[in-house]
Amino acid sequence: MTFFVKRPDIYGLMAEFDAPEKILAAAERAKQEGYHDMDAFTPFPMEELTDALGIRHSKLSLFVLCCGLFGMLFGFFFQYWVSVIDYPLNIGGRPLNSWPQWIPVTFELTILFSAFGAVIGMIFRNGLPRPVHPVFNVDRFELATKDKFFLCIEAVDPKFDKEKTRKFLESLKPDYITVVDHVHTKDPYHQDDE
Amino acid sequence: MANHHHTDTLERPEPLVAPKETYGTITDKIAGDVLHTKTPKAMMVTLAITSGLLLVFVLSIGAVLLFGPGVWGNNNPVGWAFEITNFVWWVGIGHAGTLISAILLLLHQHWRNAINRFAEAMTLFAVMCAGLFPALHTGRQWLDYWLIPYPNTMGMWVNFRSPLIWDVFAVTTYLTVSFMFWFVGLIPDLAAMRDKSTKHWQKVIYGILAMGWRGSAHHWHRYEMSYLLLAGLATPLVVSVHSVVSFDFAVSLLPGWHATIFPPYFVAGAIYSGFAMVITLMIPARKWYKLESFITDRHLDYMAKIMLATGLIVFYGYLCELFFAYYSGSLYEHFMMKNRIFGPYWWSYWLLIFCNGLTPQLLWFKKVRTNIVLLFIISIVVNVGMWLERFVIVVTSLHRDFLPSSWDMFHPTIWDWGLYLGTIGFFVWLIYMFVRVMPMISIFEIKHLLPWRGRIIDTSADAN
Repeated sequence: MTFFVKRPDIYGLMAEFDAPEKILAAAERAKQEGYHDMDAFTPFPMEELTDALGIRHSKLSLFVLCCGLFGMLFGFFFQYWVSVIDYPLNIGGRPLNSWPQWIPVTFELTILFSAFGAVIGMIFRNGLPRPVHPVFNVDRFELATKDKFFLCIEAVDPKFDKEKTRKFLESLKPDYITVVDHVHTKDPYHQDDE
Repeated sequence: MANHHHTDTLERPEPLVAPKETYGTITDKIAGDVLHTKTPKAMMVTLAITSGLLLVFVLSIGAVLLFGPGVWGNNNPVGWAFEITNFVWWVGIGHAGTLISAILLLLHQHWRNAINRFAEAMTLFAVMCAGLFPALHTGRQWLDYWLIPYPNTMGMWVNFRSPLIWDVFAVTTYLTVSFMFWFVGLIPDLAAMRDKSTKHWQKVIYGILAMGWRGSAHHWHRYEMSYLLLAGLATPLVVSVHSVVSFDFAVSLLPGWHATIFPPYFVAGAIYSGFAMVITLMIPARKWYKLESFITDRHLDYMAKIMLATGLIVFYGYLCELFFAYYSGSLYEHFMMKNRIFGPYWWSYWLLIFCNGLTPQLLWFKKVRTNIVLLFIISIVVNVGMWLERFVIVVTSLHRDFLPSSWDMFHPTIWDWGLYLGTIGFFVWLIYMFVRVMPMISIFEIKHLLPWRGRIIDTSADAN
């Protein structure tokens, strides 16, 4: 086992398709072919791709549950500490531990913490914010948020071979095949187009 | 699929997205409206009026800050009047956004995809307007931060047994979660805006906000899960917020407020007024920006139906209030109801019954629901009705309480009206600004509605 794996000289190979059913078929074929380190880029979520690419089911819900439980316990015991221990108010001798009246705030804090968990968990587990990424070096990639569908097989995949992978991608009949470089050689904002 | 022949015999509803639209045209239209379309003339004219109201808004806040809440018509029995009326009205309007985004998502009502973004923005702005009223009503606005429990040198804490503190937590949580929901929904569209814009500074701004979203399948998987979880969390939240708002009244002992029906009745009223406001704003926006491909007559028809359903629940609430007052056997309850209907504010009660009880009955007719002009007028009548409802609850209950010697009338001053109309100006102004810089329809969710590989997403198919 080596600690320092040499970085491949390219990031990967990317194929462009113009319809959702084509990218789905391509992803399924690539998985059958034995590729694992790959990703698809689509303008809208396609649940079918999760299975086709063999993406592991996210544990986000478990994280959100933990956040929610923390919010609930924190909310309740904070109110307990304030109302019973630190600042007890004797109102006609009524019990200090008036827990039914703490339900609204406990509930709101449960929701608040869970929601933060769901949003922050999603953003950070997705590795965002990440304004610079090799796939953005593909000129046509800005259509990935519009109407094109991209499949990228990464060079780190053990089965990746520049020639063989390109042949395989060609067999999928994409519209374009592009080499994804690590660094963009041109102005990233395409001002020359204007 | 098995019962497909079933649907064929029925009248096929028009599709949720016009058949001529493709993935490309959807982005070109919705993102292009922000980036390239010139602001419609009608919008500029109304923007001028709105900006005038915005000045009234600033002036009215200034008056309260300088001279104190004494500029309002509040007096001793009526310690809350327009402020709480307006607060509840705005919070109620703010409920439609989360309802449309969250509850309709969980119920697989795909038609929501066309209106959720706009309604969520509306929610945010409405809650901002709402929060302003109690914040100004405290009297010493510079000490508003005392509402937040924080360790302080006075050694004091807020009273967690008070519904007013529950309100602080409910409304701030609601604002925060609504903002997150709105922002998460925007991320893929901000990326679309980044890729679509041609100017460098636009790319930089949208690029920063999109955080480098690239539409990766790995990301979408987690994104969809996060969005669904947020919807699941926002659903009980939206119900809780207006319930907590109703506790401000229901937990007190005042006749007309102290009623167990308040939480559900308030929540129904909130949805009712929220949908009315969505319709009021959506109809002109749809016309000015020519969005008929995405917001079809079918969408308006559905919204009108929800308005009718919740309107009936609200009217049922009014009838319950009458019955409770009668059945309580309490002299004070009897008097309160008689005073509400025949007392000095009789006009507000009867106008309320007209706006919220009678007018929505027109929505039983499909001809009315699909008539844009009538629907627009009805939605405004409902907005007025819901404002009157809160006015009736707040003022008629307070102005004649248990002790006749303390009775008094409430007369709004110019600053009461100024602040109320001012928030409307502020609200509409924010909506206009939003429409000019962000896609007002969710681009990726509309794309999700286009059929592919024989998969047709449609509520009419789901229903069978």
